[in-house]
Amino acid sequence: MLRRYFARRLLVAIPSLLIASLIVFTLPRMLPGDVVQLMLEEKAYAKDLAELRAKLGLDRPLHVQYFEWLGRIARGDLGESLWTRRPVSEELGRRLPITVELGLLATVFAVIFAVPIGVISATRQDTMLDYVSRSIAIIGLSVPAFWIATLVIVLPAIWWGWRPATGFTEFSVSPLLHLGQFLLPAVILGVATSAALMRLTRAMLLEVLRQDYIRTAWAKGLRERIIVLKHGLRNSIIPVITVLGNQIAQVVGGTIIIEYIFGFPGMGRFLFEAIVQRDYPVIQGVNLVVVSVIVIVNLTVDAFYAVLDPRIRY
Amino acid sequence: MATPVPAVEHMDPETTVGFPARRRPGLLWLRAVLRFSRRKPLGAIGGAIVLALLVMAAFAERIAPYDYDQTIRGARMQPPSTTHWLGTDNLSRDMWSRVVYGARISVTAAFATIVLGTLFATAIGVSSGYFGGFYDTAVQRVVDAWISFPFFVILLSVMAVLGPGLLNVVLALAIVITAAGSRVVRGATLSVAQNAYVEAARAMGCGHLRILLRYIVPNVMATVIVLATIGLGGVILAEGGLSFLGFGVPPPYPSWGAMLSGSGRTYMYRAPWMAIWPGVAISLAVFGFNMLGDALRDVLDPRLRGS
Repeated sequence: MLRRYFARRLLVAIPSLLIASLIVFTLPRMLPGDVVQLMLEEKAYAKDLAELRAKLGLDRPLHVQYFEWLGRIARGDLGESLWTRRPVSEELGRRLPITVELGLLATVFAVIFAVPIGVISATRQDTMLDYVSRSIAIIGLSVPAFWIATLVIVLPAIWWGWRPATGFTEFSVSPLLHLGQFLLPAVILGVATSAALMRLTRAMLLEVLRQDYIRTAWAKGLRERIIVLKHGLRNSIIPVITVLGNQIAQVVGGTIIIEYIFGFPGMGRFLFEAIVQRDYPVIQGVNLVVVSVIVIVNLTVDAFYAVLDPRIRY
Repeated sequence: MATPVPAVEHMDPETTVGFPARRRPGLLWLRAVLRFSRRKPLGAIGGAIVLALLVMAAFAERIAPYDYDQTIRGARMQPPSTTHWLGTDNLSRDMWSRVVYGARISVTAAFATIVLGTLFATAIGVSSGYFGGFYDTAVQRVVDAWISFPFFVILLSVMAVLGPGLLNVVLALAIVITAAGSRVVRGATLSVAQNAYVEAARAMGCGHLRILLRYIVPNVMATVIVLATIGLGGVILAEGGLSFLGFGVPPPYPSWGAMLSGSGRTYMYRAPWMAIWPGVAISLAVFGFNMLGDALRDVLDPRLRGS
């Protein structure tokens, strides 16, 4: 059943992915200031504009370029950077794991903070603890990540003459330094997601805790821990998982600024640099990978529903 | 025998039909605001912050003691004092004046984006929900594709196409929020379109345009207003992020996000107030809009809770 459901979902996802690919392909080609002109001036790849356009395959009609591009993607070829002439897939192979690690760590931190605080906040509704955690969540939603990141780098340096580890070290070179470098950026990246999840966990749990079956559980004399975690949380977690799926897209978007500030050579920074340099094969390649990852994440989230709630059958 | 009519003095003037017309509308507003503040104190605080922000933006010339790019002789990187409340920056400019003028950019970008984005979202959402069929399917597939991008990625890509500048920031942000907003408006339209009064209007021979403008749009307005208010905070954050990365309003005009980036970053170790105040301003503004939006949502459209 699950397999058939997935096949159906994939079929529905295909037109959306095709439209997304069209957006991915068209957007960078609308860049102002012809990239070819820029390249000719800065790098002198060819003797004139026409030759360079022909070399880059830009002289053919747009729809021909699009279908050629789709064909190459089907074969796993994302094209090559206009500036460095290196294959985009090769660059992504190095950079994607960094962004995935950062995003995953941020999501894990977000969940670790959000769910327990949300549960405590709901079970201790209208107490000081509830007010404090709700206020922190509201602040977490309002404070921009790039500001926290700036403060985290600047203030300790002024107060204690200590700067958090920035830059990037391979795990194989120094595991401790690697983790130290990822810790702060991941926590900062997870703040907004954590705040959103905490508020949702609290709201959903409060709704579930008012249900009749919870009253029955209390009447049976079950312990609070069992009632809240087994009967309450499990029934309120589905919307939280859905929002977590949506939030992952925002985490990926957030990596652009965080990688820029902390000097990570990840996919987010790659995209940022490509946008600044109008390197459209890179912009297309990264955007396509991002959209595909998000579609896969959402499918996985869907599959998770059935695991969490046995009443859901596909 | 005629039924006895209750004496006027026994009637409660608060509830009697016919009397409120005499009341001054200004007082009604005041009452509504007071009632809202009692029910939603955090929302009222948010409202007060938003009001302060609007005043700062509208009267920046009168509130700010200096011009936003005026260099003050002998006042380079001075800490906060009675002369310069928030200190001065590396180019000897008054930080308080720059923060006040910065409100103008944030408020302009936020409101212009929301008006434009909400207008598009309403047009697309209402038409898609009302007409249904192939048009709806086609529009929804495009919306699906659009919202499967992380919004900051698509925002940067659009900004790269349009180039920096306030108008382009507004356009890029409006394009991004249109897709997600239209989905919510479509949902509201689907539920409103099922009402008997829409069917009655159709039976009476009303055309599509009349039904849309007289019956559907007024009834999805609560959702639209809530959507717009909640979106304002996010737009200010996104504008800050764009300016931080150098895609916002070009210098010397002060945008809060840009004040946290660029050449100023190297001086922040010696003048930390340069790193603090613009961030406080963004956070307060977003906090204000979020609180107000949350409270308005609870009052106007509780169905959107959790969205």
